[in-house]
Amino acid sequence: MKPIIKVEGLGKRYRIGAQRTPYGSLRETLAGAVRAPLRLWRRGANGAQPTFWAVRDVSFEVRPGEVVGIIGRNGAGKSTLLKLLSRITEPTTGRIELYGRVGSLLEVGTGFHPELSGRENIYLNGAILGMARTEIARKFDEIVAFAEVERFVDTPVKHYSSGMYLRLAFAVAAHLEPEILIVDEVLAVGDMRFQRKCLDKMQDVGRQGRTIIFVSHNMPAIARLCPRTILLDSGTVLRDGPSHQVVSAYLSTGLGTTAARTWDDAATAPGNEVTRLRAVRVRAATGEVTDALDIRQPVGIEVEYEVLTPGHMLAPNLHFYNEEGVYAFVITDLEPGWRNRPRPAGRYLSTAYIPGNLLSEGTLFVGVAVSTLNPEIVHFYERDAVAFQVIDSMDGDSARGDYAGPMPGVVRPMVNWRTQLMNTGSTAEVLQEALQ
Amino acid sequence: MSSSSISPETLHAAPPAPRLPDKPLVVISAHKSWVAVNLRDLWNYRELLYFLTWRDVKVRYKQTLLGAAWALLQPLLLMLIFTFFFSRLAGISSGSVPYPLFAYVGLLPWTFFAGAVANGGNSLVGSTNLITKVYFPRMFIPAAAVGAGLVDLAISFGLLVVLMIYYGVGLHGSLALLPLLIILTTLLALAVGMLMSALNVKYRDIRYAMPFMIQVWMFASPVIYPIPDNWRWVLALNPMTGIIEGFRAALFGQQFDWAALGLSAAITLALLVYSAFTFTRMEKSFADVI
Repeated sequence: MKPIIKVEGLGKRYRIGAQRTPYGSLRETLAGAVRAPLRLWRRGANGAQPTFWAVRDVSFEVRPGEVVGIIGRNGAGKSTLLKLLSRITEPTTGRIELYGRVGSLLEVGTGFHPELSGRENIYLNGAILGMARTEIARKFDEIVAFAEVERFVDTPVKHYSSGMYLRLAFAVAAHLEPEILIVDEVLAVGDMRFQRKCLDKMQDVGRQGRTIIFVSHNMPAIARLCPRTILLDSGTVLRDGPSHQVVSAYLSTGLGTTAARTWDDAATAPGNEVTRLRAVRVRAATGEVTDALDIRQPVGIEVEYEVLTPGHMLAPNLHFYNEEGVYAFVITDLEPGWRNRPRPAGRYLSTAYIPGNLLSEGTLFVGVAVSTLNPEIVHFYERDAVAFQVIDSMDGDSARGDYAGPMPGVVRPMVNWRTQLMNTGSTAEVLQEALQ
Repeated sequence: MSSSSISPETLHAAPPAPRLPDKPLVVISAHKSWVAVNLRDLWNYRELLYFLTWRDVKVRYKQTLLGAAWALLQPLLLMLIFTFFFSRLAGISSGSVPYPLFAYVGLLPWTFFAGAVANGGNSLVGSTNLITKVYFPRMFIPAAAVGAGLVDLAISFGLLVVLMIYYGVGLHGSLALLPLLIILTTLLALAVGMLMSALNVKYRDIRYAMPFMIQVWMFASPVIYPIPDNWRWVLALNPMTGIIEGFRAALFGQQFDWAALGLSAAITLALLVYSAFTFTRMEKSFADVI
């Protein structure tokens, strides 16, 4: 069958310098023009600047009606590929041929304006996502009913609760009907019941013969929604095939989000003659090993390691990175029982308890190390040993309160606030009070 | 995300495949430095231009206390200030037309133009969220900002009618040219706003340079003063000169300066083409640098 999406030799190169200072200042350009007047005319003459390929030499075809998942660790090029497919950014090499109308959903509620009413935002957001006005008008009642906001449709969305806001944003997106639908991990937020509803709606869309490209860290969703999956690594296609095979390959190579890993063979486990890593597990407050954690609940990270040579002082430490690769924080074992105390040989289990309402939403990657501090020796450091997702169900009692929008930051602590009404009087009274 | 009655197999065993066109609807590849403006794309997305304009208008009026009254207050207050300082104190003569009316008619196209350029110039930088998340012709962002200004212009025309009646200025046949003049002003504002918005993405200095540029531009335009004859040709190089003079000629039934108006139209069109091509050349990197 003829493909609906044809990708050939696709590549996207970024300048690393350009990433650090995204926009130039006029002064630099002018200064450059004074120093080297001809350089302005020679395009791309900045050969000295380091570059990297976010996507390189990617080729694949998608037939009409196929539902394809895209997975890969952070920085594998998934987002760049999506941005290329949805025409947000232009490729450096190669080409994409699209034989159908594309709707891309890299975020829910793109273009939502808090001052506008639910009704107005449905039209605006629908138009931004590529729906025709008549199409929005036809589906309007369905969207409102799907979002369950019938009574508030003429209220500005700034007065919506976070749940309502998200439901409305999802509802518009779920009613998008292009021939090709490109979906980024937008389903990773919102309450579980509504997530289900959206996934079901998406499955309906799939059954109507629409082509879907779906990027996610959520392996169960990928496996359930997509018969075929493409695994990206370092910007290239590592595997492309039936989802269950690709997903299990991904998880077993340790590329994926996995809540528990064990190293059965002591000879090849990370480490040296002093100590070796044997297992890492993520446990929810209930004790179960899981990669999906409630933002409000504490998390336990267990590190199981073998001490082979006695007499060393050891400090296990954990390094947390978020999905953008930002180093969130590091924690080290301070347990007084073993702190600065030479350890006898044997198997140890150290667990770090991270309190609830501290981590930020999204996927966290945990690097695991055991070190000796003085002199400093790192016996092993296993990068991305485990990963887990922190989910905010938006019930209003997490640190985000009633705010539904994107919350930046690598941590999201819940802190105590106190607000006092200092005075209720007029300026004159305040002045009088101050003078007395 | 657990059990469901729909398995990948039933999903896959789905539907009769839709008929595909022989040629791809969209081809995405690396562009050369100079690319033509994609007019078909602009046409396909035309409804979005309407919605973005409508959003800009709605949001502006919802967020301000006085709302649409600002569209009247801005030229009205400037008119009063100009009348006091330039007519009363400095004694600038506006010929047969009462100075307040003279100034207000100059301020109509000027306020629209200055506002459209300022809002248009800052529009892309203020829409990072849209640019990095969804595709549509980027030109619509500055275009919507300019379009929203037209609504203000229409409102400020209401006060003009009152002033014309008050000063007893009748209607003239030349009024028929007014829509063309408004279109010309809009195109000029679009050309400048679009160029500024694209440059602003790359050089954030533009944000600070723009208010100054607009102010200088106002003094170089015959908003406050009638054109002195010996400066006519120098000032005519400023496309706003032909437009503002044209507004006055159309409303007061005076002689049109066709040469100045023609020059203004020619400069506007040339600038619009240049600005559209520059914008198209730069827009491919917006999402990467914004």
